[in-house]
Amino acid sequence: MTSENSERAPAVYLDHAATTPMHPEAAQVLTEQLARTGNASSLHASGRAARRVVEESREVIAECLGARPSEVVFTSGGTEANNLAIKGLYWARRDADPARDRVLFSSIEHHALLDPVTWLASHEDARIDTTPVDRQGRVVVERLREQIEADPASVAVVTTMWANNEMGTVQPVDEVVALAQRHDVPVHSDAVQAAGYLPLDFAASGLDAMTVTAHKLGGPVGVGALLVRREVAPVPLVHGGGQERDLRSGTVGVALIAAFARALEITVERQAEVSARIERLRQRLVTGLVQAVPDAVVNGDPEPGPHHRLPNIAHVTFPGCEGDAMLMLLDAQGIEVSTGSACQAGVPQPSHVLLAMGYDDAAARGSLRLSLGHTTTEADVDRLLAALPQVHERAVTASLVRGR
Amino acid sequence: MARLVAAMSGGVDSAVAAARAVEAGHDVTGVHLALSRNPRSYRSGARGCCSIEDAGDARRAADVLGIPFYVWDMSTEFADEVVDDFVAEYAAGRTPNPCLRCNEKIKFAAVLDRALALGFDGVVTGHYARLVTAAGSPSSEHTAELHRAQDAGKDQSYVLGVLTQEQLRHSHFPLGDSVKSDVRAEAARRGLQVATKPDSHDICFVADGDNAGWLAERLGPRPGTIVDEDGAVLREHDGAYAYTIGQRRGLRLGVPADDGKPRFVLDIEPVSGTVTVGPREHLLVDALEARRPLWCGTAPSDPLECTVQLRAHGAEHRARVEVEGDLVRVRLHDPAEGIAPGQAVVVYVGTRVVGSATITATARVEVGAGDGR
Repeated sequence: MTSENSERAPAVYLDHAATTPMHPEAAQVLTEQLARTGNASSLHASGRAARRVVEESREVIAECLGARPSEVVFTSGGTEANNLAIKGLYWARRDADPARDRVLFSSIEHHALLDPVTWLASHEDARIDTTPVDRQGRVVVERLREQIEADPASVAVVTTMWANNEMGTVQPVDEVVALAQRHDVPVHSDAVQAAGYLPLDFAASGLDAMTVTAHKLGGPVGVGALLVRREVAPVPLVHGGGQERDLRSGTVGVALIAAFARALEITVERQAEVSARIERLRQRLVTGLVQAVPDAVVNGDPEPGPHHRLPNIAHVTFPGCEGDAMLMLLDAQGIEVSTGSACQAGVPQPSHVLLAMGYDDAAARGSLRLSLGHTTTEADVDRLLAALPQVHERAVTASLVRGR
Repeated sequence: MARLVAAMSGGVDSAVAAARAVEAGHDVTGVHLALSRNPRSYRSGARGCCSIEDAGDARRAADVLGIPFYVWDMSTEFADEVVDDFVAEYAAGRTPNPCLRCNEKIKFAAVLDRALALGFDGVVTGHYARLVTAAGSPSSEHTAELHRAQDAGKDQSYVLGVLTQEQLRHSHFPLGDSVKSDVRAEAARRGLQVATKPDSHDICFVADGDNAGWLAERLGPRPGTIVDEDGAVLREHDGAYAYTIGQRRGLRLGVPADDGKPRFVLDIEPVSGTVTVGPREHLLVDALEARRPLWCGTAPSDPLECTVQLRAHGAEHRARVEVEGDLVRVRLHDPAEGIAPGQAVVVYVGTRVVGSATITATARVEVGAGDGR
């Protein structure tokens, strides 16, 4: 029987925001370290050797992100880091003062943050307040100020992602931090999408906690970190051997951590050059796209630059068209993109991010997220642009059939 | 070679149908239909066709076949065309068949239309029925005839009786010549995990199989009475939708009939909610009127000597059918029992499906000796 993809041209991969190819150097470190025996908690020579790899990796990661090594807490990835941050900080703050029962979060957070927050509301009696965003998908700081100042003593924690995973819009994290600090409220930021493409400085940011993950920047899936300021002690989710400052028990994954460090090191080293190149490709993409499909609308902040948007994400709405039909037709030609929205049993749900930005259900269903990365070439962009007119036409027809 | 959408329910039949289409050299894309906004509310796993587990089973089958796989969201269409219709029909005192409705409005309409618009040539499903054309194989240039499956026990031509010529021309039923046991064996041979998955039964969107309870939730209490044929009230009930013509069990009439024989639901009057019961022989009818006919080809112009089937997996009845525009009159050569308005009458000549229509009225015209009415 034939196997999928066996006769296709190499895929044009435009879904780097989902996961991006590993840097070969990181893959090499991973395989080398997988061959090693040694529990980093053991006291003998093998244990010490493993521990050394972990600690050296921790130092590299801290250095790359403007943090101290002791502030790097390894987790299984972004979702766990977000859970540890939001639940852990909520519990710690509430334990210190039962009056602190409010969680303020932006309306465009990833499900890995949104769902733990709503869980806190349903299981821990947290009161949760959503901070709205503007039409570009940026948090309205003035509204956050009102929310905090309505009753500052009741705020347990504030969280705002660094850059949105669907739009690429960069959030005003510095303003959020300044606002919260006035009331001694801790701030967390999910920087999973930003870390690969923008320079991040944890110390300078003033954040209390920040989430990063390896596989969005050329490292392996299965490892991430929560950067936690030394003075901040979230209540742990996972109890056991007391690893990672007692914040995250469990034998540490030496090979994953070493590969994570190598990937981040390469990313930071090349970031200025790669991000500039990707930004040019993104502009080629959106310019060509609007020429190919004149009624397409490019969403988010159009202005390039680290305070405006990520260079690698283009989010586009095709009026009167279904995103999942376009995805399927592009996939059939070996061009891989995303609708950018969450699925339930594979059923596309309208994106809560677009809805929060004031778009209607139809626009939310008729959108694609095209995300570029370190392996993207001009030829990739051009193949997409060449395929797009026919794909769009067919998807519009399919949508008309449905509306009949 | 054709570009085909294989509708994959997560069951063994649609998986093997897709496999055969691939093997026949077609370019096949697997599609699972999401029919509920909240898939957890539908029947799970072994018995349903629209749960999360079923979507996963379909996806795994597509993996094994090496074909692309997507979930198409048909939940709005399904709610509007099938579920709402089902509720409305019961509320009107009729007994609908949602599987026919789904084939007519969803699988071979919304799905097929979408597939054609997206550049596919047709749809392949795991239904047990045969398509025959003049050239001997399905082709859009020839008239496609729908026939009963080889496996009489599994034959599903009844639920496909709503398909038009245009729909049939774009359909592929690779299991029509097979028996179920062979299909299961083939699934196992092909390494499909669903080889031993039990067949689905009942109605996929009624999660626990409690039809009356499910309807009660949506229609609320609609009290009425159960009466005998003289109009004497035997008891009160909470909703006529819990009853079907021909039903005997669960009537809870307390006192036995005068003759001591079991009583059956003979009639349901939806406005007053009056359910009439009586002896079994009064269930017998030999004349039907049906509306909204759908013909697989051209409508019969002259009175047609044929057979009809009146419910899924029901018996064949010899009959004569006359068509007057939207109205189809059916005379059964021998009376049949338990025929409810809302059910479909599917007309056959030999093994060939001629068409279908929805029963709107039944009557007993020729009363046999000793019939008592």
